[in-house]
Amino acid sequence: MNAVNVKEYGAPPTSRREIWRYSGVTQESPEEAALLAECLAELEGRLAYRACWCEFPVSVMGNEVDLGFVRVRSASLAKRLAGCSRAVIFAATVGAQLDRLIARYGVLSPAKALLLDTIGTERVEALCDTVCEDLAAEYAKSGLVTRPRFSAGYGDLALSLQRDIFAVLDCPKKIGVSLGAELLMSPAKSVTAIVGVGYENN
Amino acid sequence: MKITEFLKSNIVYLDGGMGTLLQGAGLAAGELPERWSISHAEAVKSVHRAYFDAGSHVVSTNTFGANALKFSHEELDAVVRAAVENARAAATESCGTQPKWVALDIGPTGRMLKPLGDLDFEDAVSLFAEVVRLGVKYGVDLIFIETMNDAYETKAAVLAAKENSTLPVFVSNAYGADGKLMTGATPAAMAAMLEGLGVDAIGVNCSLGPLALRPVVEEYLRVASVPVLLKPNAGLPRVENGKTVYDVGPEAFAEALTDLLSLGLRLAGGCCGTTPEYIAALTAQSRSVTPKPLTDKGITAVSSYTHAVTLGGAPVLIGERINPTGKKRFKEALRAGDMDYILREGIAEEECGAHILDVNVGLPDIDESAVLEKTVCALQEVTALPLQIDTADSTAMERALRRYNGKAMINSVSGKAESMAAVFPLAKKYGGVVVALTLDEQGIPATAEGRVEIAKRILAEAEKYGIAKKELVFDPLAMAVSADPLAAVETLRAVKMLHSLGCHTSLGVSNVSFGLPGREMLTASFFTLAMGQGLTCAIMNPHAADMMRAYHTYLALTGQDESFTKYIAFAERQPSPLAVVQQAPKTPEVAASELQGAIAKGLKERAAALTQALLLEKDPLSVVENEIIPALNTVGEGFEKKTVYLPGLLMSAEAAKAAFEVIKSKMQGGSATKCAVVLATVKGDIHDIGKNIVKLLLENYGFAVTDLGRDVLPEAVLETVVQLKAPLVGLSALMTTTVPAMAETVTMLRERAPWCRIMVGGAVLTGEYAAAIGADHYAKDAMAGVRYAEETFRALKDLK
Repeated sequence: MNAVNVKEYGAPPTSRREIWRYSGVTQESPEEAALLAECLAELEGRLAYRACWCEFPVSVMGNEVDLGFVRVRSASLAKRLAGCSRAVIFAATVGAQLDRLIARYGVLSPAKALLLDTIGTERVEALCDTVCEDLAAEYAKSGLVTRPRFSAGYGDLALSLQRDIFAVLDCPKKIGVSLGAELLMSPAKSVTAIVGVGYENN
Repeated sequence: MKITEFLKSNIVYLDGGMGTLLQGAGLAAGELPERWSISHAEAVKSVHRAYFDAGSHVVSTNTFGANALKFSHEELDAVVRAAVENARAAATESCGTQPKWVALDIGPTGRMLKPLGDLDFEDAVSLFAEVVRLGVKYGVDLIFIETMNDAYETKAAVLAAKENSTLPVFVSNAYGADGKLMTGATPAAMAAMLEGLGVDAIGVNCSLGPLALRPVVEEYLRVASVPVLLKPNAGLPRVENGKTVYDVGPEAFAEALTDLLSLGLRLAGGCCGTTPEYIAALTAQSRSVTPKPLTDKGITAVSSYTHAVTLGGAPVLIGERINPTGKKRFKEALRAGDMDYILREGIAEEECGAHILDVNVGLPDIDESAVLEKTVCALQEVTALPLQIDTADSTAMERALRRYNGKAMINSVSGKAESMAAVFPLAKKYGGVVVALTLDEQGIPATAEGRVEIAKRILAEAEKYGIAKKELVFDPLAMAVSADPLAAVETLRAVKMLHSLGCHTSLGVSNVSFGLPGREMLTASFFTLAMGQGLTCAIMNPHAADMMRAYHTYLALTGQDESFTKYIAFAERQPSPLAVVQQAPKTPEVAASELQGAIAKGLKERAAALTQALLLEKDPLSVVENEIIPALNTVGEGFEKKTVYLPGLLMSAEAAKAAFEVIKSKMQGGSATKCAVVLATVKGDIHDIGKNIVKLLLENYGFAVTDLGRDVLPEAVLETVVQLKAPLVGLSALMTTTVPAMAETVTMLRERAPWCRIMVGGAVLTGEYAAAIGADHYAKDAMAGVRYAEETFRALKDLK
């Protein structure tokens, strides 16, 4: 079995455009811009960007995917892993402090709670982008390319795959992310994903 | 010999990694290592034996993840039994001549406790308790709770160990590179809580190598009065040719640990990546280290889930505002279950500079135990300040202390025999710094000497329970000078006498000014005098400007404010006379149009100030009807037309709410003018941002909202709906996995509260889905929820 890699990251660059896109805002007002600036300033130093990952051999037969540690039936995943001989499973989080801050503002200011939540989504997605870029660069050295990430709960890939992912990545111990009975992750701003690894011509 | 005896004068060697070695022996990815105790008993036993051979005094059983979340009860029993037997057999078979002990290893459940996760605290206690009972049944010598990265789960495990065994308990936490647990606790916070719970040794394992963990260990050695332990990783792992290798070898590992042993570390071993070779190097290298004697550090501290507050340095401010006494609005909030109001009080005190929050929810007509427990938990969701639990009801005290995440302050015990018999056992079991009032069955002695006498008796009685002097803070009782001009002098003398006896003191300072005008200045001067006599902490109003001035000037004048940074920051926050002039009231016409503008733009403070100005001329209802509601409507319609976005809508709603708060303070009774609405996020779902948005808007539109919070059982929704005879309930669910819980709630309401309309919302819902589970209405967004509530209210009025 391969070891689970763990890494702490610096803050990836923030995209205000993405944050407003997640909020459904196409034209920010000066007051909204001020509130966003306030939220971003308050988050300074409170997020801990962590990820862990592990590589597995994979094989795809029709809609059946063998991830090395579990077999799943999923056309969506099969499509994304077509032609891949390996896949990286990763989990990423921005930490528990944000959850606490959102709870606090849930009482004081739902507007800020909403924005912080949106920022959290943007932050963890940006972290996932960084993780994937790192992986792409690493595999490029051996002439391999990585596929776009894909997560359980999307397409026809059952969310219950999360249980298996958590078992192999040992997320609670590695990066402090745990999986609840309803398959919700805690801290809330956490993501797990599968990245196919294969050759260009596939 | 018991390990705790041996530890008094010896260094104790623990074992090293287990998982790494089992993986080397073929343990597959995702396979539960605990099963190997049965299926590969020889492999497990030989790991234990190798550690004993290398010189470990203690090996931990292969039960890290053994709990009922992962195993059936039968299998769990078998797994623990086999694990203990393997370790015992290894001890017998080992060639090592050192004394040997077997520790029941307990790791985290893998689930996050509420409020961050979904595992209930008591459920966590039960999970650990089952394992502890099995460990005891199969004969372990001690309990080793390890790799815990959350303070609350650690507390659950310790309580389970203490309640189900009399064995020694060692606790080891996993710290990140920032020197904190994943959920934020510092070593000082953990030490305060764990020593309070009566743990026998505390420390650190996993995460990092011995050098990276050194600062954390040094902090433990600075604050801990119990022995400190360390089991670091063999440095950081990296993958080389598909194999994991660690960057610290046995000799370097042993050297780093030997160094720490000579600094006072008392128990040492290894975690991930370490092998018997590491332990052998460690025992060899550190052979000549003489164990440093254990000393009581004499630290008095309370803690939260993030940090400790130490008593005895600069005076500590305990906010007194979470208390219904004399506060109409607070009483209303308590009776109505309006937790948000109480939480906002606490946050406001924190923002004013309080270090600890006193929590008192005692009202004759409420279930104090339930409400206190709930309030303590809710406060810990929104503030990281340690709490002082304030109740005369020992059942309420126990429930709150048990659930409290950290080491609380306990308010209070007195010199009455009955009081001490009720409070001290709780302080002993759960830990806590106890406020002791110097009064007894005969009342409050008139003289300082009389009060100090009572303090001495309290000290003696506490000692019988094993509660040290440092865990007590004496309150020699501030009395009204209006009743006795020398009352303050006597109290101050008592503070001085207690201080010279090495006791901590606390005062509810504001009592001193009772019955006189200008109370704040009198109280503040008394506070300064008391600090001058060595007062440790004060229960006070952090909103009182004079009190905060007294505090900051005292620190600045007594050399307790380095470079005057706190004083300067405080001074700069003082309002300038110019600002007061600028706030001169406007004409009602100007204020009215500006109020609408302020609400539209979402300017909270401005909306509140303008409402204040308007109320000088106009009656509250006309301000609501002619200014606030029209402004809200404009914004609401803008949202529906998509010219205003959700953040803008919310900012306006908050500004309107700020205006309403000003209005409420001028109006008799509640301000809700429409029907009751019950809101809840359904069972299993912990997302509440959407529900909070709906709540804010409904309140602004005059609905009497009862918010049941998140992860709410169907029965709880039903109970409230029936109790209030509520015509409308709003349910929220964000996950596909929790929609069944929503359906269940709807079904139950349909059967037993048929009059009630049900609207549902949340990311995963659609109109179709809502209809399928039997809801009356799908609210696509918050404004749609408001519109449906208004429709319901109109229908209700037409019916009448």
